[in-house]
Amino acid sequence: MEQRGLARLRLPGLLALLAALAARTPRVSASGDLNLWPLPVSLKTTPRLFYLSPGNFFFGHSPTSKAGPSCAVLQEAFRRYYDYIFGFYKWHHGHNKIPSEMELQKLEVSVIMDPECDSFPSITSDESYTLLVKGPVATLTANRVWGVLRGLETFSQLIYQDSYGTFTANESNIVDSPRFPHRGILIDTSRHFLPVKTILKTLDAMAFNKFNVLHWHIVDDQSFPYQSISFPELSNKGSYSLSHVYTPNDVRTVIEYARLRGIRVLPEFDSPGHTESWGKGQKDLLTPCYHAREPSGTFGPINPILNSTYSFLSKLFKEISTVFPDEFIHLGGDEVNFNCWESNPAVLNFMMNKGFGKNFKKLQSFYMQMVLDMISTMKKRSIVWQEVYDDEGKLLPGTVVQVWKMGDFYKELENITAAGFPVIISAPWYLDVINYGQDWRQYYSVKPLNFAGTPEQKQLVIGGEACIWGEYVDATNLTPRLWPRASAVGERLWSPQEVTDLDDAYRRLTRHRCRMVRRGIAAQPLFTGYCEHEGRM
Amino acid sequence: MAGSTLRFSLLLAAAFAGRATALWPWPQYIQTSELRYTIFPQSFQFQYHLSSAAQVGCSVLDEAFQRYRDLLFGSVAFRFPHPIEKRHTSEKNSLVVLVVTPGCDQFPSLGSVENYTLTINDEQSLLLSETVWGALRGLETFSQLIWRSPEGTDVMAYNKFNVFHWHLVDDSSFPYESFTFPELTKKGSYNPATHIYTAQDVKEVIEYARLRGIRVLAEFDTPGHTLSWGPGVPGLLTPCYSGSHPSGTFGPVNPALNNTYEFMSTFFLEISTVFPDFYLHLGGDEVDFTCWKSNPDIQAFMKKKGFGDDFKKLESFYIQTLLDIVSAYGKGYVVWQEVFDNKVKVRPDTIIQVWREEIPVKYVKELALVTRAGFRALLSAPWYLNHITYGPDWKEIYLVEPLAFEGSPEQKALVIGGEACMWGEYVDSTNLVPRLWPRAGAVAERLWSNKMVSNLDFAFKRLAHFRCELLRRGVQAQPLSVGYCDMEFEQT
Repeated sequence: MEQRGLARLRLPGLLALLAALAARTPRVSASGDLNLWPLPVSLKTTPRLFYLSPGNFFFGHSPTSKAGPSCAVLQEAFRRYYDYIFGFYKWHHGHNKIPSEMELQKLEVSVIMDPECDSFPSITSDESYTLLVKGPVATLTANRVWGVLRGLETFSQLIYQDSYGTFTANESNIVDSPRFPHRGILIDTSRHFLPVKTILKTLDAMAFNKFNVLHWHIVDDQSFPYQSISFPELSNKGSYSLSHVYTPNDVRTVIEYARLRGIRVLPEFDSPGHTESWGKGQKDLLTPCYHAREPSGTFGPINPILNSTYSFLSKLFKEISTVFPDEFIHLGGDEVNFNCWESNPAVLNFMMNKGFGKNFKKLQSFYMQMVLDMISTMKKRSIVWQEVYDDEGKLLPGTVVQVWKMGDFYKELENITAAGFPVIISAPWYLDVINYGQDWRQYYSVKPLNFAGTPEQKQLVIGGEACIWGEYVDATNLTPRLWPRASAVGERLWSPQEVTDLDDAYRRLTRHRCRMVRRGIAAQPLFTGYCEHEGRM
Repeated sequence: MAGSTLRFSLLLAAAFAGRATALWPWPQYIQTSELRYTIFPQSFQFQYHLSSAAQVGCSVLDEAFQRYRDLLFGSVAFRFPHPIEKRHTSEKNSLVVLVVTPGCDQFPSLGSVENYTLTINDEQSLLLSETVWGALRGLETFSQLIWRSPEGTDVMAYNKFNVFHWHLVDDSSFPYESFTFPELTKKGSYNPATHIYTAQDVKEVIEYARLRGIRVLAEFDTPGHTLSWGPGVPGLLTPCYSGSHPSGTFGPVNPALNNTYEFMSTFFLEISTVFPDFYLHLGGDEVDFTCWKSNPDIQAFMKKKGFGDDFKKLESFYIQTLLDIVSAYGKGYVVWQEVFDNKVKVRPDTIIQVWREEIPVKYVKELALVTRAGFRALLSAPWYLNHITYGPDWKEIYLVEPLAFEGSPEQKALVIGGEACMWGEYVDSTNLVPRLWPRAGAVAERLWSNKMVSNLDFAFKRLAHFRCELLRRGVQAQPLSVGYCDMEFEQT
């Protein structure tokens, strides 16, 4: 397991020095006019202003940068951020010419190490950057393109229009890097199908909030929209309809769109429970439930006693491990209902032969172990829901455990990290559960490391995810329900531990949500008030 | 491609089976059979019956025909590959509309009759109604009966709502652009250039609503909830005192000054002309007495009037004066329940809107009290849809029975309806539509359909179907539970 602290130690020369300085002096408190979200590690601004002219400003590569115009991630990002900065405002042409000593003409980008232009982001990707805003050339320096992406977002947030309509930025010096390497949004495309466009919109908004993982809970009981190449019947029979599927091309589109924004796509194929929809397209995969010695005609979790189950899974996961480039696959493993297994004579017989007695957790462990082994032979790493750990499955070291149960999740974090496993926190961030009022405050106030444990244990908290499960959510309400509530989680996972002032957060988040609205994200209001550019429906 | 390759079926199936189960809200009476008819978009027409009082040129119905034609056949991309099959069913080429009472240019009112009878059988397909408003409701039902269709206030009409209660201004902002007092918006709106409703906007909303048989009930809430009025009308709000000095903050409208009533008089003259509905909503809720209590001028006024320490009497004085002003303009009015609770003497034709769930009494009890006093009542208390919780809360909303209070039949008759409210603290154009629909649909059926229509399973099936129909019509209505629609909402 790559530990969080290591990423920082690998920073070379100047960056390391700046980061060390920043660590010693916690951030300078944000100036009243700054609307940054999430707040960077260190931020120094002066009252000195620089002005940008849309017709004269450009992004460029430093001559010493390891990345150049052939780097698609950066070229695409330059165009995108030019639009975010200038595209949504009315330009004031024929404006007085900006005196050259006050003009910011260029943001010069410099990548220090191998830029990773053609790679996929990973858990160890370096997202740190330094940003020096001054005239005539501002500089953005990072080890890799991933840091440049985060820095461009920050740069775009620093620019505002003054009351005469001139694009303006304060002289600033920012040193920044994330607190946690895994900052995710979970979407659920089984309970309701989300059109690809909606997923891409979500990726846009994620980039605005410096999230870097799209946890794609792609299938579940209700439907199987993933179109498999090896098992096309799974979606032919298991999707809601033939138009409610993700084709291989759709999946590629999502992965590439995410990559260009420095976002990993983490696929989840949850089993052995939550698999009702798999059964329609794969005969004999699910356990037949019995009622009074006869098959009742209903089915339970995946049948863990058949060889055919494992040869199917092996082939399916082989495909998944090629389709999804990320190092991790999420295997689920939550909420397995034992009733059906208990009713099935063949399962009972298998239990007896294996010496499991009446302990169905052992059967579940047996199954998970088979799948976990399968994944590790495919050179991939696994993430599982907390039940897999709770039920004492023998986990391979390095398996990541995701904590989702609300009841005393701090205790759970303590236990899992004490056992040496990395964890992802979701328990306090189930955003599909809605309430009247400003519930973002409660998401914001979560302290991820507030459990008893050694510093080594704390290092094992690799991050968290805001989950927007799909029982009551589809493309009609996903965006306003997710944003800006998830933004609160975004800052908690990116910014330093000391950034906790709710009033300051409210002020910045209100403006950040208007910025999202202006960029086409229907983020809902925090409270009464208005945005200069309201969402047009 | 010839239009005849497009085919729609109109099925009148046995109730609780087939297409009729997609109706929302459920009609008072329905009788269906297994027989089905086919409609060809190319040849289908809406027609006026020869003896109908409304004929071509009737704006409300002409426009409605256009609208429903678009809704039914507008965006059809579905083709039947085997048109030979069509002979299995018989054809319907028209829906004939017969309106008994003339009148196409009025505004809908509280007294408008919305009854209709829709008959489709081998002999005829006839929509018979007393008024054009009834014809509108019947057309909506007709449109919901057409199946195999391949695939703002509009949506109110889809749900047969007929009143758009427009809470235009409040503490936070004053977006209504008044021509007698332009300073109100100039100083009281969020942004006087962009965040306002111009006279033209208001006119368009009212006409758009009229064409759908929907009244626009304008609310100008006073004397509380008026902070945004203050900057545009100096002297209107009560200056609050801290000790013996003005604190610089302001409270409700100042009820002790003649100027106040002169202002209200002029202002409501404008409002009475701009909004054609007989009723205006005058608010009157949540008046905080703290500021009045702190102000020495108010105290002196209280003494002069002999009100003692009873600020309810002062509130009463204000409201009564305001009601007199408004009724002199020939208008009726609706007020929030506090006006009644605080025993303000109001005219007997006042409508009381019940919005508090528990306090001072449960809303069911409040309805009994209001109607026992002989006032007409509007129910909103259980229908604050801005309040959200996890899960299928539409069920609770649906199961409310507005007449479940102890009272005489005469009292029950005084409950003239209800409103689903979507207050704006946490709502704007980004989340209004999915938060409102289809949850408000549950209120719509409660207010339209027979009391006996209350089976949740039956409602769930129809409402889930109806929400997909709303999606098809371009309304971003959120899901009730897991599942899907043939046409999902597409991000723009």
